[in-house]
Amino acid sequence: MKLMTCPVNGTRPISEFICGGELRPMPDPNQVDDETWADYVFHRNGAAGIKAEWWCHTPSNTWFVAERNTQIDQVLRTYLYGQEEQS
Amino acid sequence: MPLRLLKFGLAKKYPEPRMFRQPDRLKPSYDAVIIGAGGHGLAAAYYLARDHGITNVAVLEKGYLGGGNTGRNTTIIRSNYLTPSGVKFYDESVRLWQDLSQDFDLNIFYSTRGHFTLAHTDSSLRTMRWRAEVNKHLGVNSELVDPDQIHAACPQMDIDCGGHTPILGALYHAPGSIARHDAVAWGYGRGADQRGVEIHQQTEVLGIKVKSGQVTGVATSQGEIETTKLLCAVAGSTPKLLEMVGLRSPLVIHPLQAMVSEPMKPWLDQIIVSGSLHVYVSQSARGELVMGASLDPYELHSTRSTLDFTEGLAAHMLDLFPFLSHVKIVRQWAGMADMTPDFAPMMGKTAIEGFYLDSGWGTWGFKATPVCGKTMAATVAGDRNHELIQEFSLDRFSSYQLVGEKGAASVGH
Repeated sequence: MKLMTCPVNGTRPISEFICGGELRPMPDPNQVDDETWADYVFHRNGAAGIKAEWWCHTPSNTWFVAERNTQIDQVLRTYLYGQEEQS
Repeated sequence: MPLRLLKFGLAKKYPEPRMFRQPDRLKPSYDAVIIGAGGHGLAAAYYLARDHGITNVAVLEKGYLGGGNTGRNTTIIRSNYLTPSGVKFYDESVRLWQDLSQDFDLNIFYSTRGHFTLAHTDSSLRTMRWRAEVNKHLGVNSELVDPDQIHAACPQMDIDCGGHTPILGALYHAPGSIARHDAVAWGYGRGADQRGVEIHQQTEVLGIKVKSGQVTGVATSQGEIETTKLLCAVAGSTPKLLEMVGLRSPLVIHPLQAMVSEPMKPWLDQIIVSGSLHVYVSQSARGELVMGASLDPYELHSTRSTLDFTEGLAAHMLDLFPFLSHVKIVRQWAGMADMTPDFAPMMGKTAIEGFYLDSGWGTWGFKATPVCGKTMAATVAGDRNHELIQEFSLDRFSSYQLVGEKGAASVGH
């Protein structure tokens, strides 16, 4: 993967992007116990597979979601958060 | 030596015995099974057999011996870490390294070079001073040196870095060394094999059997085996194995790339590391410059290498050594580093009885090979975490007791 398609700015070189890690739902910090919170803060799904990740196009500071196969480094699709259906 | 060489030339058959046997099938059960025939796994097998008398052991390897991160690192050995637990642990490792050639009766080309970690900014100079003091306090030979001393030791280096990022000082660690990485794996492999351990290459683990919280066996591509003690030492494949037993971990896999230049006459005695420039370099016994940089910036479970890496690292190398501009790069490669958020390993017992972990070795695992083998062998044999690894347990994250080893890979972060 040398190119990434930003949903706003189009296809750009990968050096313009940073990866923000896997998209994970945050538990309510006021409700959960310490152990669940530690699980959210530290633990990751480290195995290979197709993952939805946060990516940022740094020149324009556009954060979006990319679905990527972390085994073969192939981006399947990208979309703005919450606009999955339109992609 | 020439006579021994002549023997190779005249003999019809290969005159030396093989380094280790190749057993043709797995036994139905073993006292202990080790997954991963890299340096760490083989060292654990070696010390289990030598120090604890547990010889009914199988080491399973899906590829070939020493073909993972053991054969892919840049072979730097040092103990100038930042946290007391880290310094003690790695210092014990350096001590073991120094005896390994004798121990194996095999030359591992252990070569003490002296290790400079360059500081280009005030803040990194401050961290160097901190590390030097922690090291001295724990009896490790480290000191802060100024640019003149660096120049005297390595006159080929451009101390001003072309004016971009002048070198302000360095952490000098005299015991810093390099070794031949394959020889380490072979030495441990041969030593374990001679004591009765079986090494099964081309044998992939497909599943781990756990009954009421206790490991009972392993399903492999060559059949099923029973065991109650299972040590997982598989670096980049650790999350996959943890998934088999249902354990959660903070590991994220990033590729770490490296490259070597064409061979040259020896000119670089020291090991030079620059965190700011993302460079580490040493000259091997063959005369090649062995160079590495920082981790690839995003998760990937692959050992592909990239042109971006070569270009970036070469540019920074030229900041330090402008006269290398005509030197060619002959090989590049990558390994899968299992990174933890606090740059310390995850070792020891887990929530599953009989499932022992030696992981989270990210970009700093080679130097720890002997001490990991020794402490993990003691942990597996006694079913109790060795005292040197107590702070490295997997459950430290659930209890918010992180280690914070900022001295880890120098350039990994």
